[in-house]
Amino acid sequence: MISLYTRRKVSNHFWLIMSFLATVFGLFWLAWLLWTLLSHGLHAIHWTLFTQATPPPGSNGGLANAIVGSLAMTAVGMLIGTPVGILAGTFLSEFGRRSHLAAVIRFVSDILLSAPSIVIGVFVYTIIVLRTGHFSGWAGAVALALIAIPVVLRTTEDMMRLVPDSTREAAAALGAPQWKVVVLIVYRAARSGILTGILLAVARISGETAPLLFTALNNQFWSSGLDRPMANLPVVIFQFAMSPYDDWQHLAWAGALLITSGILIINIIARVIQGGGKRAHY
Amino acid sequence: MDATPEIAKVSVIPTDWSDRLFRGTTRFFAYLVLAVVSAILVSLIIGAWPALHKFGFGFLKSDAWNPVTEQFGAAVAIFGTLATSAIALFIAVPVSFGIAVFITELAPAWLKRPIGTAIELLAAIPSIIYGMWGLFVFVPVFSETVQPWMTEHLINIPILGPLVDGPPMGIGIFTAGLILAIMILPFITAVMRDVFEVVPLVLKESAYGLGATTWEVVCGVVLPYTKVGVVGGIMLGLGRALGETMAVTFVIGNAHRISSSLFMPGSTIASTLANEFTEAVGEMYTSSLIALGLVLFLITFIVLALAKLLLMRLTAREGART
Repeated sequence: MISLYTRRKVSNHFWLIMSFLATVFGLFWLAWLLWTLLSHGLHAIHWTLFTQATPPPGSNGGLANAIVGSLAMTAVGMLIGTPVGILAGTFLSEFGRRSHLAAVIRFVSDILLSAPSIVIGVFVYTIIVLRTGHFSGWAGAVALALIAIPVVLRTTEDMMRLVPDSTREAAAALGAPQWKVVVLIVYRAARSGILTGILLAVARISGETAPLLFTALNNQFWSSGLDRPMANLPVVIFQFAMSPYDDWQHLAWAGALLITSGILIINIIARVIQGGGKRAHY
Repeated sequence: MDATPEIAKVSVIPTDWSDRLFRGTTRFFAYLVLAVVSAILVSLIIGAWPALHKFGFGFLKSDAWNPVTEQFGAAVAIFGTLATSAIALFIAVPVSFGIAVFITELAPAWLKRPIGTAIELLAAIPSIIYGMWGLFVFVPVFSETVQPWMTEHLINIPILGPLVDGPPMGIGIFTAGLILAIMILPFITAVMRDVFEVVPLVLKESAYGLGATTWEVVCGVVLPYTKVGVVGGIMLGLGRALGETMAVTFVIGNAHRISSSLFMPGSTIASTLANEFTEAVGEMYTSSLIALGLVLFLITFIVLALAKLLLMRLTAREGART
């Protein structure tokens, strides 16, 4: 008969080892994923990736048009999404606070944050692609903006609320109107946090594939502008990875490595900027 | 964090036109977010109307998916979505719990941050990368080693047997669920970590003082104190799993049928949309696909609303106790 004391000790050790193994299990997948990307993607990285457009099967080429398309749509998406997110976040933090309106907007913003990105793609398809009659880079950028908005909004609000109210009151006591208090004092104090939110939003949207499938579509060639269907890395990776051609698959792995390393670097920069402060999970 | 109400109230009264303008602008953008979400819902309903009108509630129950005869039903896709998400939760919840316990209770201080960050990076990897890795790396390994072993050893067990029946193809509902589990793990872990950290130290120390082991403290103090938040975190993870598209599209096999075996191909709402939306011809086909999107949006909406409600209850209780 084992004593109660021993039994408790053994079960404690058992479960703590299980929790350690769970951590190993989680890290194991990360390591395997990154190893796969490096081993498949590294030898396909070549300078022509950045200079040549996507090739037809069986010939040499790069991903230049897809890289440019992705950068353009991410940039436009962020240009639309950032001001909306920051201003709406400002409202929640500075003016709405505990009002019912603010609670409702916080809720719908979280809905938007977790809404399936493919549904956002369908939405943009019905309001832009169907109206204009063709797929376009603009539609892709709008879809990405809709995904970026809640990320920026949430971090902006969280970070601005971390600024102590005494700071605001001090500025107000000096006679500053409220907009000056917000723009010159609160924004400045929350600057690094807001920047983190923007970076996380960039990281989030630059890997999104599903909302671009029905909006930007894809383009084998250089796009003449955002009003045409536009090549972009995620959809090119999708198309090339599913193809039976070896050279296309190599390009897909190279693109996958590029996009993942870019996103991981942005994430790490965001964490460094934010320092040891509040973590954000997007 | 919040100021005394009197001061806050005074400071929100706009004093001149510039304040009014600034306040109005931020309010406009806040309303814009509300308008966008409403527009998504309305446009999905309008787009889905022809299909909903024709099939009625039968749309949810019918397992037909025939573009030629224009008979559509959502049952297969809904089943696939729920089945993959259920598998994902089944795997991800215990693992996330283990990781959260390890980070908050066991790991030495210098190890907490690196491990936490590494787990969070799992959430940063784009879903298409999971899909590629899943199809080209994981599926071959799985179908050659783990899957035959599972089929061989579990096939004679009454309930599990039919679930693992079938040729070892590697792709299918189970693989999709497993990859979803890896993808939602960081989200659940993050919430669990956050709520575990709000447990008052005094409570834990009292338990330790009575001679409880670490595991007994976790189960007897931490978990009961945070259970609402933990469930909220699980729901957030579920919300993610339901709508995940690209990773699932790669590995689920995209077959329009419901099989009793988890190793058979299936399809989810999101993967059906990704595969067929641009190729759909005819109003009824497109409309049925949009109706699928509407169903998905509503399911995630409900799950998220529940998650928020639970997490809010935890915050409210926290406020009452301090």
